[in-house]
Amino acid sequence: MYQDVIIAGFGGQGVLLIGNLLAYAAMDQGLNVTYIPVYGAEMRGGTANCTVVISDEEIGSPIIHRPIGLIAMNRPSLDKFQARLKDGGVMIVNSSLIDPGLAEKTRIKTFMVPMNQIADSMGNPRLVNMVAIGAFIQASGAMPVETVVKSLGQVISPHYKHMIPQNAEAIEAGAKAARG
Amino acid sequence: MTEKIAFERPKPLADRATHYCPGCSHGIVHRLVAETLQDMDLVENTIAVSAIGCSVFLYNYIMVDTVEAPHGRAPAVATGVKRARPDRFVFTYQGDGDLASIGMAEIMHCANRGERVSVVFVNNTIYGMTGGQMAPTTLVGQKTTTCPSGRCRDSEGMPIRMAEIIASLGGTAYASRVAVDTIKHLNQAKKALRKAFEVQVNGLGFGFVEFLATCPTNWKMSSIDANKRIAEEMIPYFPLGDFKDVTTGKGVC
Amino acid sequence: MSTGKKLFIKGNEAVAYGALAAGCKCFFGYPITPQNDIPEFMSKAMPKAGGQFVQAESEVAAANMLLGAAACGVRAMTSSSSPGVSLKQEAISYMAGSELPGVIVNMNRGGPGLGDIGPSQGDYFQSVKGGGHGDYRTLVLAPGNCQEAYDLTMLAFDLAYKYTNPVLILGDAILGQMKEPVSVGEPIAVDEAEGGDWKLTGAKGRPYRILKSLHLEEGSLAEHNLKLAAKYESMRGEVRFESFETKDAELVVVAYGSIGRIVKTVVRKLRQEGLKVGLFRPITLYPYPSAALVELAQEGKRFLTVEHNMGQMIEDVRLSLCGLADSAFFGFPPGNMPTPEDFEQPVRQALGR
Repeated sequence: MYQDVIIAGFGGQGVLLIGNLLAYAAMDQGLNVTYIPVYGAEMRGGTANCTVVISDEEIGSPIIHRPIGLIAMNRPSLDKFQARLKDGGVMIVNSSLIDPGLAEKTRIKTFMVPMNQIADSMGNPRLVNMVAIGAFIQASGAMPVETVVKSLGQVISPHYKHMIPQNAEAIEAGAKAARG
Repeated sequence: MTEKIAFERPKPLADRATHYCPGCSHGIVHRLVAETLQDMDLVENTIAVSAIGCSVFLYNYIMVDTVEAPHGRAPAVATGVKRARPDRFVFTYQGDGDLASIGMAEIMHCANRGERVSVVFVNNTIYGMTGGQMAPTTLVGQKTTTCPSGRCRDSEGMPIRMAEIIASLGGTAYASRVAVDTIKHLNQAKKALRKAFEVQVNGLGFGFVEFLATCPTNWKMSSIDANKRIAEEMIPYFPLGDFKDVTTGKGVC
Repeated sequence: MSTGKKLFIKGNEAVAYGALAAGCKCFFGYPITPQNDIPEFMSKAMPKAGGQFVQAESEVAAANMLLGAAACGVRAMTSSSSPGVSLKQEAISYMAGSELPGVIVNMNRGGPGLGDIGPSQGDYFQSVKGGGHGDYRTLVLAPGNCQEAYDLTMLAFDLAYKYTNPVLILGDAILGQMKEPVSVGEPIAVDEAEGGDWKLTGAKGRPYRILKSLHLEEGSLAEHNLKLAAKYESMRGEVRFESFETKDAELVVVAYGSIGRIVKTVVRKLRQEGLKVGLFRPITLYPYPSAALVELAQEGKRFLTVEHNMGQMIEDVRLSLCGLADSAFFGFPPGNMPTPEDFEQPVRQALGR
């Protein structure tokens, strides 16, 4: 089993959090996993991305130039990473913020997910990242969606524990959107 | 006729000739430190931090556990020692080049953190061991090998008054300046040293004593003239007294 | 060594957990990216462990605080990244000269000068060739993953006391910032007698002790340097390395730390194509695993050294192979983030395929 993914978006979209969530889910399943964030010197604003590698073998490089998975949560992320995605790779595109016409639909398995609309419809715009990871898990088949839901408690601080059910719903909603 | 011993060598002071020049104050300050350690029963509980300069051989004369610090870093080393062994008595012994020049950052922050350590600062207005170069405490007009025409305020700045600076820092419990040129001053110096040690033992904060000291060799003076210079030139610029004493509420802040 | 619970933590945190597990009781730090997780972690962990955390006024002071705590025989550590480690070299030299044990962590960033905050192996020379002034060596451990960061930090404390010498952990911004599952254990009980014959405790019931590096008496420094040299020679037994797919390899790629693991991905890929390539990853950079390289050379293998700098470890590879074989070199410049794709072509070229 091998899966890698670059998750990219604006700072504040919760990109690093879902990277961690995916990694915890993999770890909870006894898989090897690496997570590495990339960010600029600034503390606020700008773009953020992280790379998660999951494997049942020992992992070599935690940094992936040509991934097989990409979650593009905003336009700059698509511009930067789409061309690097391997042929036949899986790309989740936030169609709320990105023109669907920009996706290389024939080369890449593309999933258009209106992440912001879905999150807004659930009454909490901040759920956009959960929608994204739900869609990716479904589209990539990397692991059952429930395993990610089960790991939510590892990345959400006890103070926000009451938010877990809503986050779980957002993951499911993302998965549903990817099922089309 | 029976012999009456009026004057004994303090036990922690080694029975050996020092390498110090005739008329140098280090020997006197060493003795005061040794006496005070003995008076306060600290000898077997002490870890000393020696510095760089003429007093680098402190460990040859004061027989306590000692670690040698790089130039200027004695207060940082003492911080490490005290944090590792909070129940031990820790002091540094530093000259003016070591403490007020290369080690300015370390002494300021050690005092400001209120480290429970005591600092013996010997100010003789010159670099002794390296051969008489200008120190941060060299007086205006004083000639040294690196200010051969005399220290100039416009290009070299004014001599730094350490006791006053240290007194202004929040972690300082006691800061004083003393001299060892007269019997009266010697007695005052010993009291000040004891207080600088006591504030550490009592957990009150950082203790600091600046000793105005002679360096006849590099001042190019006789021992007697060097001793006179303390009163005539140094004390007018570096006034004696307590600048901070949390035990009495006296001092500048 | 590392049984118990599994945590998903950064390499920086793994180092901090390793220090805690090894019985570290004093930490002295100063902020610099990309190692800030270590002092941040220790500021919380040290008081809980009954120890001390000091945010020093500078890296110079932090390293000298380490010297002070080490003189008391208390397990202590400082951490920084390249520019900060340059400032620590003064104290490291004094510690080596005074034969004091301590652990210094360098999460290598790009240089020279201020460089950048990204990964680099530009501090190889500084780490393994002494670093500060004078004729001395420090043991250098180079973890390639987060579990190793934990395990080798624990080992670093043992080695520091075994040899009464500073030990360096040399990681980089990749190792520091990446997260992996790490098995961590409870802190060990440090032997109270550790350092009993030299540490400063106050001279109660014994002659007083002096810990110093100054040797002015005639013949004294020469004698001291001979003693140190013999000690460094005795460290040879601590050599550690990883050999991966080297057995039938035509080409052995030599790479350490994060670069070693990135090269491993390339080796796996090329092996799938049937290409006979292997990886030799030194884990101790001082002592350097020369003997193992010589064995590989005697088997007729060719070598390619890959580094995230413009050529530093290559000198030790060539010294090791002296006369038996040569090594090609590929230097990936600090400032760029290395990926397997960056090394694939150079490896193919060295293979001649």
